[in-house]
Amino acid sequence: MELLAFGKTGWGDELFYATLMTIAVSITAMLIGFFFALIFTPLKLSKYKSLNLIGNFYTTVIRGVPELLVIYLFFFGGSGAIMYVASIFGYFEYIEINAFITGSVAIGIISGAYSTEVFRGAIQSIDKGQFEAAKVLGINKFTQFYKIILPQMLRLAIPNLSNVWQITLKDTSLISVTGLVEIMRQSYIAAGSTRDPLFFYSFAAILYLMLTYISMKIINKLEIKYSRGY
Amino acid sequence: MDFDLMFTSFPKLLGATVVTLKLLSASLFFGLIIGLLFAILRLNKNIFINKFAYGYSYLFRGTPLLVQIFIIYFGLGQIEYLRSTFLWVILKEPYWCAIIAFTLNTGAYTSEILRSAFQTIKPGIIEAGKSLGISSKIIFYKIQIPIAIRQSLPAYGNEIILMMKGTSLASTVTLMDLTGVAKYIISTTFKPIEVFIVAGGIYLFMTFIIHNVIKFLEKKYSFSQ
Repeated sequence: MELLAFGKTGWGDELFYATLMTIAVSITAMLIGFFFALIFTPLKLSKYKSLNLIGNFYTTVIRGVPELLVIYLFFFGGSGAIMYVASIFGYFEYIEINAFITGSVAIGIISGAYSTEVFRGAIQSIDKGQFEAAKVLGINKFTQFYKIILPQMLRLAIPNLSNVWQITLKDTSLISVTGLVEIMRQSYIAAGSTRDPLFFYSFAAILYLMLTYISMKIINKLEIKYSRGY
Repeated sequence: MDFDLMFTSFPKLLGATVVTLKLLSASLFFGLIIGLLFAILRLNKNIFINKFAYGYSYLFRGTPLLVQIFIIYFGLGQIEYLRSTFLWVILKEPYWCAIIAFTLNTGAYTSEILRSAFQTIKPGIIEAGKSLGISSKIIFYKIQIPIAIRQSLPAYGNEIILMMKGTSLASTVTLMDLTGVAKYIISTTFKPIEVFIVAGGIYLFMTFIIHNVIKFLEKKYSFSQ
């Protein structure tokens, strides 16, 4: 137990901050994922074949390629790509992106592909009459989406989004390969310096179980909130 | 775009794909057995057996695969007793550690898929079997299991694809699978995009094949309801 003490003698405080880092990365990645889903869901549902193709390309490639490979692409290619863009604008210095941004964007893009599929499924399962009624009443597309489709869609999407959240949370463990100090990386460091990997990795597993358990409880509450009236 | 690199790295990556496929097939095979076993345990009426099976699937579905591999590969070697038994022959090899971790992981997901498939079988079908005087053992093997397999095909197809992506984590315990070799080439040439296209293409091709095989099986074993 003294291994988990707070302060200089134990790893308690380090692991606590690492857990906060995992939560921060997961939330950032999930939000970046929503942003991507907002772009790609309309593309997948569009009438135009070429736009469909772009949307399908994104979700197929990301969901068919291992997460670790995507993370390596961003880890090794991220600063190169940014420097290339910067060189167009006449900036030739070395740019280093920090691990938090690289990691959140990589996981965000992965989580976005899953969110896109969830949103697409939810929108498609909304009754066609809802769209037609909105059109007949002369409601513009913007209001139609935000006031009519979105609230109904959320109810259908929340159970599946909770799955996406669990996947995203567990995927953040992969960012440890880039050196960002989250639960997995901190356990790796602690295990290396105390030569007690069994204890620290088991403790990491407990931390992840705790996070998934707590998030399940919160999501269940949200589910009840959005299914009022049904 | 460095097309030369893409051409020269393709055979290397294709060789590494064999490792990926070996890991995948071994863990799916053992995982299916464990999954079926735990699905049956989940349906047991004894509350302790039931809770045990639930605990197993909760534990392995609630933690990242990376943690599971690290506990098995780095953690278990720490137990002195284990080093003296014959198990050490298996546990000192990263290859077998990876397979054990993948098996336990996919076993947990498979048990959930099969359990829900068993539970969606209409009670009328089992009752019909009983009224025909078929013994409950034969009902289970000849009626419930085939229906459950058919029911769970789409979800199990997804699980195969997820597991195929999961095998990439073998590269974190020094195994040179497709992702491991891809990472090695990236870190020696610093050309991430080219290597990503080739390695990602191989993964996508495998996903495509698995997807279509499952679709074919679904059609073959479909029955009108």
